[in-house]
Parts: sequence; structure tokens; C-alpha cells
Amino acid sequence: MNIEKAVLSVITTNKEKIDGGAPIFICDSKNEMDKIAANLEAILDGISHALSDDLYIIVKH
Amino acid sequence: MNEYTYPILFGVIVGTLSRFIMLRTDYRQYPTYLHGKVIHIALGFIAAGLGAVAVPSIMEKEFTAVTFLTIAASQFREVRNMERNTLSELDSYELVPRGKTYIEGIAVAFEGRNYLVIFTSFLSTLFYLVWNIGAAILAALICYIIMRKFMSGSTLKDIVDIEFKEPHFDGAGLYVDNIYIMNIGLPERQQEVLKYGMGFILTPKNFNVRSTIANLGQRQAILHDVSVSMGVFRDSGTPALVPLIKRDLDDGRIGVFILPQDKSIDQAKRVIGAVPVLENAIRMPSESKANNNGGESK
Repeated sequence: MNIEKAVLSVITTNKEKIDGGAPIFICDSKNEMDKIAANLEAILDGISHALSDDLYIIVKH
Repeated sequence: MNEYTYPILFGVIVGTLSRFIMLRTDYRQYPTYLHGKVIHIALGFIAAGLGAVAVPSIMEKEFTAVTFLTIAASQFREVRNMERNTLSELDSYELVPRGKTYIEGIAVAFEGRNYLVIFTSFLSTLFYLVWNIGAAILAALICYIIMRKFMSGSTLKDIVDIEFKEPHFDGAGLYVDNIYIMNIGLPERQQEVLKYGMGFILTPKNFNVRSTIANLGQRQAILHDVSVSMGVFRDSGTPALVPLIKRDLDDGRIGVFILPQDKSIDQAKRVIGAVPVLENAIRMPSESKANNNGGESK
């Protein structure tokens, strides 16, 4: 099977909410989270989607 | 020189000319100047030759000679493959791809036009031999008119109403009117999208059109044509900036989200309206027997 979409990375400020597989980046503030997400988006060639205010994921489409 | 020389010559010239007329390079820039055109004019010349020679061979009672038309048929099927392969290869390097349905439509048109050339030169030669050059010119003109009719399919403005709607965000979700387009997380990206993005709602004029504009290939064709005509605010490495079309499942309207470099509403409406309706996307549920009076056949 060909997997077309994949979560490449998770960026969050809320450590309790997350666990597991993808690379996780824990940030101290919303501002830092935006910056890291913007960089990762460009580096990984994926789109950063907001699942909630304190949780972003980078998805390759 | 014999009695067939001029009729055949006439047929070949008319046929090649007709291929030349059908070979327009417009905003799609395909086939490209000049090599792409040479290929198709050469093939058109061959097709014209085949069509023109078929008539005298029948008149000379050389009926088996007609079988070489089958060779022509397989030859032109090859043209279709060639076009499909070339365009598919190129498509992976487009910022906004054409999509397979559009490519297939173009490839089919290239094959079909060669048969039109055969048809044109066949008829002109036939009329020349049976009557005279005047009748042959008339036949060529009629073929030209038929060709024009074949060449131009309908465009989107015939089947949908186009309306401008400013795209907006609801949380991280991007919307055009009430149609959800995509989730964009970064506030910075959201601002870019609002600054450069434009939204349009395409409302189908009747039930048949619903499935036509729902076709993913047709939607990709809209995005491609708009990006070609109006530029696109996008680069490799910015996957979030992507023009998209999503559908309202309730009523079949589609929400077009585009990122043109040239932000003019009127122009965008004209460009979307001029997008060809792809032959392969057209559906006619209203023609279905099951839909008409519970299966009563016409």
C-alpha cells in the first residue's frame, strides 16, 4: 500500500497532551511554536496544520 | 502526370492546410513553437496523403489499398500515446499540474484531428474526381465549418454561474463562502493566504453540471488554467500555498480558492469562464433511462 499522507512532526506547548511516534518539538510559548513550525514547514516541505491552539502538526501531502 | 495528379495534390494541400488551421498555439502554449508544430504538420501531411490517395485507388478497383487506412489508424493512436506521455512527463514539473483528465482530453484531440484531416482530403479528392475543382473547394469549405464545430467545445461560463467571495478563516480553517478549503496553522501563512488569495463560488446551472464540475480532473483543469493565465503565488517548498477547489456536498456548488499574482476579480471571472469543459468530465444523468419516468424507454 502506498501511504500518501504522513505526519512528519508534532509541535506543541502542552507537553501532557502528546506522546508517541512522530518527532515532537516542545515549545515554551506560542511565538516559539510559530517560528519552529514555519521553519519545519519549509524544511520538510509539508503543511503545518493547527489541531488546536497549542498543537501543530506538519503533514506531507 | 496522370488524371489523378491534380486531385491528389489538391487533397493533400487542403488536408495539410486544415491541420495547420487546427494547430493553434494559445495560452496553453502547446504544441510549442516550433518543433512541436513541425511534428504535427508532418503527421497532418501524411494523413492528408492517405486520405487523398484512397479515392483513386478505389476508382482503379484496387480495393485492398484501402486497408492501409488501418495502418493510419494505428499510427495516429500512437500520436495519442506520444502526446499523453510527453504531457504527463512535463506535468510533474508544473507548479499547478494539468491533471490526467486534461491531458487525456488534449491527447484525444490530437488523434481526432488527424482523422478529420483524412476525412477532409478524402472528400476533396473525391469531389474533384467525380465533379470538378469547384465542388472540391466547396467540400473543403464544408469540412472546415464542421471542423470549427468539432474544435470548440463548451466553456465553463455556459454551465455555471461564477461569483466572487472573499476567502476567510474560521480558526485554522480556510473557507470560501461556507465551503471548507483547508487547514492552515501558521498565522503568518494565514495572512499571506488572505492577502493573495481569491475565492469564487461556481454554482451549477442544472443537475447534469453538478457531476461535471465535481470531477476532480475538471477541477484541476480550472486551477491549472487560472494559474497559467493569472500567475500563481507559489513555489516549491511552500506547500501551504496551494490553489484548491472543494465541493459543497449539499448542493453541488464548488468553492474555488486561487492565489493569482494578478489580483483582478473581473479577469479571474473571465478566465474561469473560459476554462474548457473537459469531454471526459461531462456526465448526463438526465439522459439515463432510469431517471426518465421510471425506466420507460424513449
